Amino acid sequence: MQEGRIISAMSDNEHERFREEVREFVIEHVVPKAADLETNEEFPWDIIREMGKKRWLGIPVSQEYGGAGLDNFSYIIAVEEFSRVSGSMGITLAAQTSLVIWPLYSHGDEIQKQKYIPSLANGEHMGCFGLTENNAGSDAGGTETMVALEDGYYVINGSKRFITNGTYADTIILTASHDRSMGTHGISAFVIEKGTAGFTAVGKEDKLGLRASDTAELLFEDCKIPRENLIGEEKKGFRVFMDTLDGGRISIGALALGEAQGALDAAIQYAQDHELKKSQMVQNEIADMIIEVSAARHMIYHAARLKDQKLRVTLEGAMAKCFASEAAMRVSSKAMNLMGMEGLTKRFPVEQIFRDAKLNEIGEGTSEIQRIVIARQVLGR
Amino acid sequence: MNFTLDSNEKLIQEMVREFAVNELEPMAEEIDRSCEFPWANIKKLAELGLMSMIIPEEFGGGGMDFLSLSIAIEEISRGCASTGVIVAVHQSLCAYPIIKFGNESQKKKYLPIMAKTEQIGAFGLTEPNAGSDPAAMETTARLDGDHYILNGSKRFITNGGEAGIFIVFATTDKSLGHKGVSAFIVEKDFPGFSVGKHEDLLGLRATSNCELQFDDCKVPKENLLGDEGQGFKIALHTIDTSRIDIGAQAVGISQAALEASVKYSKERKTFGKPICEYEMIQAKLAEMATRIDGARLLVYRVACMKDEGVQRFSKEAAMAKYAASEASMYCVREAIQVYGGYGYTKDYPVERYYRDAKCMEIYEGTTEIQKIVIARSLLA
Repeated sequence: MQEGRIISAMSDNEHERFREEVREFVIEHVVPKAADLETNEEFPWDIIREMGKKRWLGIPVSQEYGGAGLDNFSYIIAVEEFSRVSGSMGITLAAQTSLVIWPLYSHGDEIQKQKYIPSLANGEHMGCFGLTENNAGSDAGGTETMVALEDGYYVINGSKRFITNGTYADTIILTASHDRSMGTHGISAFVIEKGTAGFTAVGKEDKLGLRASDTAELLFEDCKIPRENLIGEEKKGFRVFMDTLDGGRISIGALALGEAQGALDAAIQYAQDHELKKSQMVQNEIADMIIEVSAARHMIYHAARLKDQKLRVTLEGAMAKCFASEAAMRVSSKAMNLMGMEGLTKRFPVEQIFRDAKLNEIGEGTSEIQRIVIARQVLGR
Repeated sequence: MNFTLDSNEKLIQEMVREFAVNELEPMAEEIDRSCEFPWANIKKLAELGLMSMIIPEEFGGGGMDFLSLSIAIEEISRGCASTGVIVAVHQSLCAYPIIKFGNESQKKKYLPIMAKTEQIGAFGLTEPNAGSDPAAMETTARLDGDHYILNGSKRFITNGGEAGIFIVFATTDKSLGHKGVSAFIVEKDFPGFSVGKHEDLLGLRATSNCELQFDDCKVPKENLLGDEGQGFKIALHTIDTSRIDIGAQAVGISQAALEASVKYSKERKTFGKPICEYEMIQAKLAEMATRIDGARLLVYRVACMKDEGVQRFSKEAAMAKYAASEASMYCVREAIQVYGGYGYTKDYPVERYYRDAKCMEIYEGTTEIQKIVIARSLLA
């Protein structure tokens, strides 16, 4: 077993070769920069550019639309390997692919797909998904951002909060309501371009972790967009974003998995460097960490494989995200304990991972919401 | 068995809580950001007698007991965990070993200074290669005429960069293992003593956590604390005692997390209802409260044992620390969940509680170490 990684029977040679390729890239391009990017809170432009050359911002998208032409499972492996070294890279990638490219790819029309996806897949453009609002987090269907049809244009008014890649996004997916009294049946999804009059991205959230990942507020003031920017059908936007989140969950699960693996890597290294392997206390902790990471891996890979079979992954995605995000918290917490006081310093990556990993229990549906989703899938509404 | 505080204890609790809410809480975010040692807080605490509670009255202290100290430390930590640590280290890790093991002249010399908080105290035990196993320490002390000459370094010393009085442990005979360790009272102006780098830690960021350097540091021989070779016993007893404080600190952070969660859950609405009306949230609040009460009672129990003069309380102290840090990790993690996306930003204090609690779990022995201490006691 290399570096504490458990191979999964759900993977195969082809996908493991892809993982090797991603891992080599990460070691070359991300490892030297990751710590400084966090300290300086810098957006990883150089890395995005290099990824873009390989179309790695659009791994599961067909080459017809400028993607890498691989599958979801490969994409999940990439998120995992990037997150293993940098949670910020992982979330930047996950937002771009799962939350921006994917809704366009599965719900956009041909013109939208050709127009937006290629430059998102090659990193020329960044994207963001404007769903969450100040008063609409878990209750995303309670959006207060309004849209009205005026003179053949959609006019948007409102704001979005906690939007990954928001400051830099050239392509913005957003949800807005035509009529709040219609609840989730009154919501449409749109694509907006940076520079559209009435749209601005403001403020940079001061976060616990993931500080090289950009998180912004989006403001819409009489923002006029053409009718062809509607994604899918009018008032059927709720379905667009729910489907998007189903897949997005798996990517956040992969983010958590990668972070957990990174913490495990560091813990194993520390145990070996400090000759702790004979300590039963250490054996106990490391064993639990390996079990957690392995279990998380199997759940994530299972959900990713189901998605590639075009099956509905609402249940499996929610389970995988819920478990993996909580596992990452336990694993990073244990890794810190193993290292004692040193684990609290920046000499080791674990305090970073500990801060980064907390987001996985919140973003793209809190663990509490995941549990409700899971229960509803089995018990019914 | 009386589970309620008496009127004096209640008074302390109310007084310190009011102080913490008005003076400590408003500053807590700023000092976490700037990492500046909160001298303003310390001075105010000193004026209220909270920096000298357990120092005997004859030396200018409050002459109070550990139960009172625990109550005060919990309330201070609820407002500002960094301040709570500073107060605890000053009293339990520095003043206390002098009270317990010092001779009259040492007590007369150092305790009044500490009672007036003219100098802050610190405890120099941990080394780069001796964290969980202090008997492996490499700092040496060699008697040379009227002085002990100390050589070596200490690491992760709370209050290290701001303290004037340090209890430092060094080995006077490495071949004797832990029986060769001695304790010394070192002043920052002693020749050969210097403060090294200031650590950049996950939490408890305003506690001046530093390295200490001893380069032929000359310590007058009358500053030997206790006997040569008694150092390890002094260290262990002091750590056992200070675990009462750490337990109280962790309970304070937990309480802050619970109260923040209760407050926010009443205000925040989702799907048309305040989130406190959802059973999942209620379950979290209930679990936080139960764990906190359990931990607090364990802290009170060991504080009372100490105050009653019980000599051996390692097990109970370790249990208090273990229970309190586990409780606090649960509470802070769930508090961020209650706050959702907002909890992940520095706009709210819960992410600071989270970082501070994690440090608390590791300071003075991780949970894993506490379990070993407890087991040793059970098997002795």
